[in-house]
Amino acid sequence: MSEPREEILGAIRRAFKRGALAAEAAGELSRRLAAHPRNPVPQRAAALEEEDRLRLFVAMAEEADARVSQLDSLDAVPAAVAEYLARENLPAEIVMAPDPMLEALPWKREPLLAIRRGRAEAGDAVSLTPAFAAIAETGTLMLISGAETPTSLNFLPDTHIVVVAARQVVASYEEGFDLLRAAAAEKGWPRTVNFVTGPSRTADIEQTIELGAHGPRRLHIILVGEREPAGKK
Amino acid sequence: MLLNSRDFPANAREGLGNPTLQKALSMARTGFPEKRARAIERLPEFESLREKARAIKEATLANLDFYLETYENKVLAAGGKVHWARSASEAREAVLAICRSVGAKTVTKGKSMVAEEVGLNPFLEENGITPIETDLGEYIIQLRREPPSHIIAPAIHLVKEEVAQSFREAHRELPPQRPLSEARQLCDEARAVLRPRFLAADAGITGANFLVAETGSSLIVTNEGNGDLTQLLPRVHIVMASIEKLVPTLEDAATLLRLLARSATGQEFSAYTTLSTGPRREGDEDGPEAYHVVLLDNGRSALLGGEFEDILRCIRCAACLNHCPVYTAVGGHAYGTVYPGPMGAVLSPALFGLEECAHLPNASTFCGRCEAVCPMQIPLPKMMRGWREREFTQKKAPAVARAALRLWAFFALRPGLYHPFARIVARALFAAGARRGRFRSLLFHSGWTAVRDLPAPEGRTFHHLWAKRRKGA
Repeated sequence: MSEPREEILGAIRRAFKRGALAAEAAGELSRRLAAHPRNPVPQRAAALEEEDRLRLFVAMAEEADARVSQLDSLDAVPAAVAEYLARENLPAEIVMAPDPMLEALPWKREPLLAIRRGRAEAGDAVSLTPAFAAIAETGTLMLISGAETPTSLNFLPDTHIVVVAARQVVASYEEGFDLLRAAAAEKGWPRTVNFVTGPSRTADIEQTIELGAHGPRRLHIILVGEREPAGKK
Repeated sequence: MLLNSRDFPANAREGLGNPTLQKALSMARTGFPEKRARAIERLPEFESLREKARAIKEATLANLDFYLETYENKVLAAGGKVHWARSASEAREAVLAICRSVGAKTVTKGKSMVAEEVGLNPFLEENGITPIETDLGEYIIQLRREPPSHIIAPAIHLVKEEVAQSFREAHRELPPQRPLSEARQLCDEARAVLRPRFLAADAGITGANFLVAETGSSLIVTNEGNGDLTQLLPRVHIVMASIEKLVPTLEDAATLLRLLARSATGQEFSAYTTLSTGPRREGDEDGPEAYHVVLLDNGRSALLGGEFEDILRCIRCAACLNHCPVYTAVGGHAYGTVYPGPMGAVLSPALFGLEECAHLPNASTFCGRCEAVCPMQIPLPKMMRGWREREFTQKKAPAVARAALRLWAFFALRPGLYHPFARIVARALFAAGARRGRFRSLLFHSGWTAVRDLPAPEGRTFHHLWAKRRKGA
């Protein structure tokens, strides 16, 4: 092993006047890592009933300048997307995550909507992605990278539309982590996990908040009331 | 990077007399504390989370070698690489070697205080690689060739007219008559100018708010999305992080994250919190092909187990800067180091030497607000006193100050001398100053009276009044 590595580790051990941790002490720390016990979770996000969870998620997301529209059924998503684009004066063109849930939607009902599938490229104006989960505590979307969910869709386009099923909304970050670990046990740990709370912003010039610094200027969340198990895309 | 800490008194005077800087600081002085106070009011558990966060970080530092090794193994297992750097120069060399290995010509950068600490940008430029800062504030100061003046708001010392002027000088390809009087226009211009640079960069360098041992992930917190574009688009992602950024688990990170944004900007949560673990996976359509972490010590391991260990809990929220009467009066550049304000007054002497930074622990009114607002309960005033004590015992304080303190100690240790002497001085000053009630100037105290008047004493000493009062009671 490299010399700086040994020196840094050695300096740490010298500072505490000890050698490397004994097997027993190291074992105890490893067990804590494996068990990853929860620290106190704020009351706001602890043990919320579904209805309160959804209400908190919508309120917090809107406070962070995301817009949320609520639908009763996934089948209504294509029309809602087309309507949103028209209302915002955006071209009827989207780049969509090649995700089975999104693919299964009745896009044929919106023949004027042009859809490309795959990662985002420079110049793409609007993207549509699923979410892995959503966190009520702060109105945060949890998005993971993967073949069906390229990360560039979350950052390059000016407008990002995210479809979230109501059952995907959990109370706290900790519940999101548990879903992530369960999914990773099956498909491996994703390269990246984005926790997204509202659109991009900056206050670097005179502390004036401006939306759309480098990431999306608009974040539109379509929250669908249909029942679907949490943690599934 | 150390700049000119030795000149703090002159820098501070200059800052106080600079009307544009004072205008910029006046906006920060109220904004940050008000936003923080509102956010904390909404989270009744804030105090108990502080306790927990402190305990998490203390336990991590006590076993830092274990967590670093565990973290390294996880990074390797995810297909990444870890480069250990003892010093700033080793960190710079490690980054350069990675850039050269992929033939990088331009690199985009997310905001990284560790990169500022090691002076990465000038080094890359000397070696023919163009670094492009992408955080709006960092981009502005890079154009102006200035160091950051704040650890989360690097361009806080500027007003928008100065930014507009820098943009006009730098973006010559754009129409000279374009309107740039509003923050919105400046943001849009930076977005348009930087987008192609994001797409063209060969490597992306970010810092890390936390490194998670459980998963081998680096975690960044940003609002602009620039850090995410930086670590997503180029072929190589390089993370620069110091060794104390380790946290054991995602749950531990969550506890610290609940404190970070609220303490920093008063947000409930920053717009983007991103975990990165290794390079792109098979089947992924985007993401870097290689993932490197440069782990920097640079004097930190020497703080463990000693009186300054507590500063290693710092999560760089900048609440101590935002609430400091000295920082908000003189601005960050006065400190002459990339880490200004109270946290910098404690950390900078450790990184760059007490000799160079001796003014900084003295640049405090000891009002205690920094410790009161610190989400990690770091005893900043106590540690500033610790540096001052070292400054004295290592004979680094000026000879006159040392002699005066010795003289005072002589009397203070001998009450039989001290009391009568104090009585005489109090009476004499009363007699001389009673009419005006104050002194405009005083022998041997011109440094003090140059900027304020000394109130005249009431004629009797505290001890005298105290004794009288006890007798009466």
